[in-house]
Amino acid sequence: MKYEAVIGLEVHAELLTESKIFCGCSTKFGSEPNTQVCPVCLGLPGTLPVLNKKVVEYAVRAGLALNCTIANFSKMDRKNYFYPDLPKAYQISQYDLPLCSNGYLEIEIDGQTKKIGIKRIHIEEDAGKLLHENTDGSLVDYNRAGVPLIEIVSEPDISTPEEAYQYLTKLKSILEYTEVSDCKMQEGSLRVDTNVSIRPVGSKELGTKIELKNLNSFKAVQKALEYEIKRQIKVLEESGTIIQETRRWNESKGITEPMRTKEEAHDYRYFPEPDLVPIVVTEEWKEEIRQSLPEMPHHKRERFISEYGLPEYDAKIITSSKKMADFFEKCVAEYYSPKTVSNWLMGEFSRLLNETGKEIDEVPVTPQMLVKLLKLIDNGVISGSIAKTVFEEMFGTGKEPEVIVEEKGLKQIANENELREIIKKVIDENPKSVEDYKNGKEKAMGFLVGQVMKATKGKANPQLTNQILKEELSK
Amino acid sequence: MELYSLTIHQLKEFLHKKEVSVLEVTRAYLERIKEVEPQIDALITITEEFALQRAKEADEKIKNGEAKDLTGIPVIIKDNISTEGIRTTCSSKMLENYVPPYNATVVERLLEEGAVILGKSNLDEFAMGSSTENSAFKTTKNPWDLSRVPGGSSGGSAAAVAADEAAFALGSDTGGSIRQPASLCGVVGMKPTYGLVSRYGLVAFASSLDQIGPFTKDVTDCAIVLNTIIGHDPMDSTSLKIDKPDYTSYLKEDIKGLKIGVAKEFFSTGIEKGVKETVQKAIKVFEDLGADIIDISIPYLEYALPAYYIIASAEASSNLARYDGIRYGHIAKNYEDLIDMYMTGRSEGFGKEVKRRIMLGTYALSSGYYDAYYKKALKVRTLIKNDFERAFEKCDVIVGPTSPTVAFKIGERTNDPLAMYLADIYTVSVNIAGLPGISLPCGLSDGLPVGLQVIGKHFDEGRIINVAYAFEQANKFNAKPQAIGGAR
Amino acid sequence: MAISKCEVEHVAKLARLKFSAEEIEEFTVQLSKILDYVNKLNELDTENVEPTAHIVPIHNVFREDEVKPSMDREKILINASYTENGCFKVPKIIE
Ligand SMILES: [Zn+2]
Repeated sequence: MKYEAVIGLEVHAELLTESKIFCGCSTKFGSEPNTQVCPVCLGLPGTLPVLNKKVVEYAVRAGLALNCTIANFSKMDRKNYFYPDLPKAYQISQYDLPLCSNGYLEIEIDGQTKKIGIKRIHIEEDAGKLLHENTDGSLVDYNRAGVPLIEIVSEPDISTPEEAYQYLTKLKSILEYTEVSDCKMQEGSLRVDTNVSIRPVGSKELGTKIELKNLNSFKAVQKALEYEIKRQIKVLEESGTIIQETRRWNESKGITEPMRTKEEAHDYRYFPEPDLVPIVVTEEWKEEIRQSLPEMPHHKRERFISEYGLPEYDAKIITSSKKMADFFEKCVAEYYSPKTVSNWLMGEFSRLLNETGKEIDEVPVTPQMLVKLLKLIDNGVISGSIAKTVFEEMFGTGKEPEVIVEEKGLKQIANENELREIIKKVIDENPKSVEDYKNGKEKAMGFLVGQVMKATKGKANPQLTNQILKEELSK
Repeated sequence: MELYSLTIHQLKEFLHKKEVSVLEVTRAYLERIKEVEPQIDALITITEEFALQRAKEADEKIKNGEAKDLTGIPVIIKDNISTEGIRTTCSSKMLENYVPPYNATVVERLLEEGAVILGKSNLDEFAMGSSTENSAFKTTKNPWDLSRVPGGSSGGSAAAVAADEAAFALGSDTGGSIRQPASLCGVVGMKPTYGLVSRYGLVAFASSLDQIGPFTKDVTDCAIVLNTIIGHDPMDSTSLKIDKPDYTSYLKEDIKGLKIGVAKEFFSTGIEKGVKETVQKAIKVFEDLGADIIDISIPYLEYALPAYYIIASAEASSNLARYDGIRYGHIAKNYEDLIDMYMTGRSEGFGKEVKRRIMLGTYALSSGYYDAYYKKALKVRTLIKNDFERAFEKCDVIVGPTSPTVAFKIGERTNDPLAMYLADIYTVSVNIAGLPGISLPCGLSDGLPVGLQVIGKHFDEGRIINVAYAFEQANKFNAKPQAIGGAR
Repeated sequence: MAISKCEVEHVAKLARLKFSAEEIEEFTVQLSKILDYVNKLNELDTENVEPTAHIVPIHNVFREDEVKPSMDREKILINASYTENGCFKVPKIIE
């Protein structure tokens, strides 16, 4: 029998507000524990929440960018459960009237466009963080408690792990574009839960849903789903039954494992939050937010083609991340050749980002630094190949390119006399190649240039080397 | 005439004329507290040092000509209102040692005016009860008869004002917790419109019903305190932005032509004969003052109490979930694991009635029962709200009894939760509909005070004060509680 | 009985309350009585009635996105029974 998977994705994204959702505490990441806490976000007896207006605007922004219907009337609800990271023992969230619903985004699979439905987007508060370093107990830090979140729930339209990956990549790009979240998975500002079930192809009935946790990257989501689908098919093929459960992705073993289930089924006892009044998003407000939406990826791509003359391929890659696109635009504001910038971004820069698993704004290289590097090449101070070495150093240390060139003595040898001496020496040491060249073997020229580069550790000016070599060989 | 028996407006005059200093007034009250507290048990914490310090500051203010209405006026705060640096227990073992790091907005407003906080008053644990017997620490006695309850849940505040332990007090009213004890103790107590007074810092019992209000010795004082404590608070999303009226401008004796509604439903369930007769006499007073008495009906009134118990308990079950002992409050000493820590700590920290309401509320919200209980109650809330709206098309205010009975005996109802709940039968509908209501003494029945309740439209406190003041002036209530020593 | 002993036990667990066997019995009786009383609401047909969650009909009460100073950590931790390294301490949790 052939099976197909039905995949659902729940994405939590922390919003880029300055202050928390219900109080004035900062949302800054990485501060000392419990230093961004006040009576309100600690849930001290008698305190009350007041909703941050930006939270509503950001959620509506995300909703508009994801083609959602924005609710005219929406409200907050309490989701009740006990856990030490939840100061009030209820999370203020939205239950039956979310801010946004019925949206979609488009992904490309094998050159085909596929629409993935967005069921809903609602706003809620984040919980604190439990630290488990201690042996005799766990510690609670409430800095994160009350940081605003949106939860984006997909329709079960996703049928392969690859589609899930594409969906997440696209979603992240849109959230970054709309500037509602910085989507940093390693800082927890983007979190993904997924569920998957399988059913015989053609069947309308849904299979037993398995939830997957501990997914720390989009690749992990994809791999976990791949594993899980295979596992479920195997269970069914061996006439077993799939038990509804939550499984954890074990990255190092590359498998999913059953999680110790919480001792009881959850009963969240949702009810309308009496401390907060309903939210009404009027047409005017919605339009105002729509006007404030930044340029979306496909618009930017078209503009990059027409304005900068980038090939479509380049434009697509550069605009797939807003941060990359912004970096590009900052460079071309100070540099004449957009294509050169795009080559560097897609080539060396992307290679190093992939290797280190970092985002473009997490490395010390600034657009100004890249432009300086390109100008060093243009001015003949360094060669293109040396520039790659310099860039790697910039990427690692954040040093200015000219400083690296100076420190490491990477300046090109453009002094004719100095270079001629080296070339003469190379000719003397390689009589065989010289003879081959004179016998019409063009290849030998390349070898000799290589030897000059070797002797100068790549610092010889290529044009000058060619010129002098020809002169010397024709003597 | 002793200093402690004066009203706010009388004290204010003495203070502003510098005939007496705030320090003298404060000392007189602290003496009075020491004298009567052993009998009354109205207070959980006495803040003597803080009071004396504040008194000196208030004297400075008066000296510098910066005196305001409440400068130097001694006040007692219900112990479920957050006071920075002063223990706020909610009369619960759970919060026995909890010292808040912040002030409730009402407390800030009182302190800004220069009021002198003398202490924190006893209540039914987390404001759940109608007799103050549900306190984990002490049972407050009614100054009119020490074998009787002062009502509740703000029994400590009501008894303290009745026994002259403070010039006024603050309480909170979720289903009658200001008006009912005011009625039973023979003082004036008001629950303002939902949204008029900030709830920020009031330890939540039922968030959609709770409201802070004053206990005073007369209606004039009620208007004065209201002037200070009302107004929009950016910390409370449900507090409304309204123009602040001067409630003292409503202290007028003229109510000619005013339409006073009387609903038969307020005279039905379990009302004592003495209470009924006293209130009917009061209605006659209004008639004599030239008001039009109009028969109205609140058909759904009998459903207010069951709806109230569902709504209040459901919200309470959520509001009281935060007490896990991790950040503050009682924590279990011996437990097996995290869940056991929660269960043991909470069971040790909460009293019976609180647990009963948490259980009822949790059940009403739980999966499969939400529609049948919570949602149903919210729908009935709509019906009751509509009833009042219709009634107010015919009249300006509604009058009736505050409580169906006078103060009952201590222990009389402790074993029967439902009997206790019936004490709120005439007050809960006002909370359900979010309306303002006042209780003022209108006479005695068997030597115990009877309260008259005046209910108004939303944000129509001014009119209530007008009606209450007119009644007070026409029908002086001069009786004093005789169970305690000292002249008034 | 409007509520069974078993349901009372379940609700107690949901509410994180612990009761002795006698207390469970007592609560079953008392809650049943209270539920019988509140079931009076079922006399009313509320089919076409909207629920009222907020009695004062206001909406859109917001604060601006401005950072205000947080509270000193000492003041935050002072009411806690167990703290360590600026954190609140709870029994070891295995996730
Ligand atoms: Zn905060």
